Amino acid sequence: MAKNRIDTILAQLGNRSETVTGAVSAPIYLSTAYRHAGIGESTGYDYTRTKNPTRLIVEEAIAALEGADQGFAFSSGMAAIQTIMALFKSGDELIVSKDLYGGTYRLFEEEWRKYGLVFHYDDFTSEAETVSLINENTKAIFLETPTNPLMQETSISALSEIARKHDLLLIVDNTFYTPVLQRPIEEGADIVIHSATKYLGGHNDVLAGLVCAKGQELCEKLAAHQNAIGAVLSPFDSWLLLRGMKTLSLRMAKHQENARELARFLAELPEVADVLYPGRGGMLSFRIQKEEWVNPFLKNLQLICFAESLGGVESFITYPATQTHADIPEEVRIQNGVCNRLLRFSVGIEDVEDLKEDLKQALKAAAKGDR
Amino acid sequence: MSNQWSFQTKLLHNHHKYDPVTGAVSVPIQHASTFHQKTLDQSPEFDYSRSGNPTRKALEEAIAELEGGARGFAFASGMAAISTAFLLLSSGDHVLVTEDVYGGTYRIVADVLSRFGIEYTFVDMTDLNEVEANIRPNTKVIYIETPSNPLLKITDIRAVVKLAKKYGCLTFVDNTFMTPALQRPLDLGADVVLHSATKFLAGHSDCLAGLAVVKDEKLGEELYKLQNAFGAVLGPHDCWLVLRGLKTLQVRLNQSTETALQLAKFLQNHSSVRKVYYPGLDGHAGADIHRKQSGGAGAVLSFELKDEKAVKTLASNIELPVFAVSLGAVESILSYPAKMSHAAMPKEEREKRGITDGLLRLSVGLESFEDLRRDLQHGLDKILA
Repeated sequence: MAKNRIDTILAQLGNRSETVTGAVSAPIYLSTAYRHAGIGESTGYDYTRTKNPTRLIVEEAIAALEGADQGFAFSSGMAAIQTIMALFKSGDELIVSKDLYGGTYRLFEEEWRKYGLVFHYDDFTSEAETVSLINENTKAIFLETPTNPLMQETSISALSEIARKHDLLLIVDNTFYTPVLQRPIEEGADIVIHSATKYLGGHNDVLAGLVCAKGQELCEKLAAHQNAIGAVLSPFDSWLLLRGMKTLSLRMAKHQENARELARFLAELPEVADVLYPGRGGMLSFRIQKEEWVNPFLKNLQLICFAESLGGVESFITYPATQTHADIPEEVRIQNGVCNRLLRFSVGIEDVEDLKEDLKQALKAAAKGDR
Repeated sequence: MSNQWSFQTKLLHNHHKYDPVTGAVSVPIQHASTFHQKTLDQSPEFDYSRSGNPTRKALEEAIAELEGGARGFAFASGMAAISTAFLLLSSGDHVLVTEDVYGGTYRIVADVLSRFGIEYTFVDMTDLNEVEANIRPNTKVIYIETPSNPLLKITDIRAVVKLAKKYGCLTFVDNTFMTPALQRPLDLGADVVLHSATKFLAGHSDCLAGLAVVKDEKLGEELYKLQNAFGAVLGPHDCWLVLRGLKTLQVRLNQSTETALQLAKFLQNHSSVRKVYYPGLDGHAGADIHRKQSGGAGAVLSFELKDEKAVKTLASNIELPVFAVSLGAVESILSYPAKMSHAAMPKEEREKRGITDGLLRLSVGLESFEDLRRDLQHGLDKILA
């Protein structure tokens, strides 16, 4: 499988996995228990929390796509991160992205701090600054690139050199780019995380998290924690994810084409102050001129959904201040650039002209004071 | 009004008996991961599926009502429910756990929580003096399984709750073996009830799920925050499968319990069997307490054969019970705790708890008693041959 190119791997996911009937779409194995012929005669499957044939297909898929040794599927992106945190112990320190997803920030600050983990926030713009945060307790660097919602890219390979030198784990959240656009393991990361709810699933119909890792010892630990904590992805949701992943490459190409076009379009509208777009992927953010336009703009959108989440076929606009980043204290949030005029746009795969018209009319109406 | 209905009726008639928009009598499966928000001003009930999902809500409300609690929570597995509930603790806290706890719970407490500064002691929960003697100033939770797994030891829930209250601890009860159809720990004073809903609640060996119910709203808020923050939630399709299974919970459990008692008596009288553990048998330690705090002996029993060789002989000569891990299904399941549910426990710890190499656990399903008896008899007779 590893010899094939990414589009081929995606299209073929699950095919040839079922040898009895020849089913092309992988079966959904709901069975929780697996019969043993006798003592010590396991088929390799015992209990679905430990290993499930449907889940195994997505787990092997993410490992193949990311160039990792083993993959793990979880009931949400947050459950994936939670399980990874079980690798650490009280007193350990992590250096993490400053411009972090609000849910991850909340998990770190409100939950893991209780258990004695220490988090240092860094924007990763200066290697010297990053190195200065490392001490004998530092165990990992946890990175989102591009960041959410400010869309700043960080060099994974530069950080992986630092991580290697100081014997740190490099953990990269690859949700925004997916392995179609970025493969962190190839750049030296040890663990890659996905909220597979987003682009990998791609249809706003399944909540899921994926993790993959490099190195046998690390993979064994992750497998043990996945089984012990039990926050695994169900077979049905594994199948939905698998089904979504088959079109990942096609969807990503269209998301990106639309996003590039809309980044240019938005930058020229008088109601828009600035556009944050790294040049690739389907996510962009923009600031409008006045905070009081935000609500009327959202209310006047006719096509684009005002909703949390991202990465689906439908276009979504999110207001980080009250949605994804509501758990970050306001002064920290605004200092980080997530101001009250900032909107995050998950560009869908609709016809780009329709999206343009919707944005234009809603912005005009907001500026005119229409409700 | 619904408070007057019996448990069996409540299983079928609750707030979610029909969909308010379409009238559908089966709760719709809402796969949406996110929800359209009309305006910035109102905070909608559902915004993101990890934080709240309509199908999951139906299940969470159903189990809360059945257990008599303030709030229910659905998780990706029983262990996800237990792991999340344990995170109500902080570094420096201490937890008292029943010594013959499920192997997976043992692993979380001994291998994972301990690394984050949560202390633990395993005690014989049936010995109240031992329980009290092991409570420390920093003890925050007393964790019970009754009947325990796999030896069906009975803990007096009311008595432990009394001790817990005296020392300001919370009581957690794993109610997987009994379900609220037979035992309602919150009514007996417990604070948190936990379930591997994979077992009797869902009941069909087709869905991995965990549930938690808390007695009061304040604890409910805390557990909700953890559920949302960690995100180990149950998917909508699986929520629906559990809801579907719940409808037949009472009839399944009644039938299996009746067969289990008959099988326990049969096993007691077979010369290949050294000992039978089943709370429905008069000689079973704690049977009186069990009768006072629950409505039946349940569908799980354990029995001891001479050694591993006898176990192998039985396993290879029976046709009906599937030889597998797990329990609580429509199919009878025969498990070998030493190598399955309790494999995570070190051998000396395991044997100290009476989980010997000859012990088997039988989860009695819905097959006819006569067929199960004949099948077991055939296997047990072979051991003598």
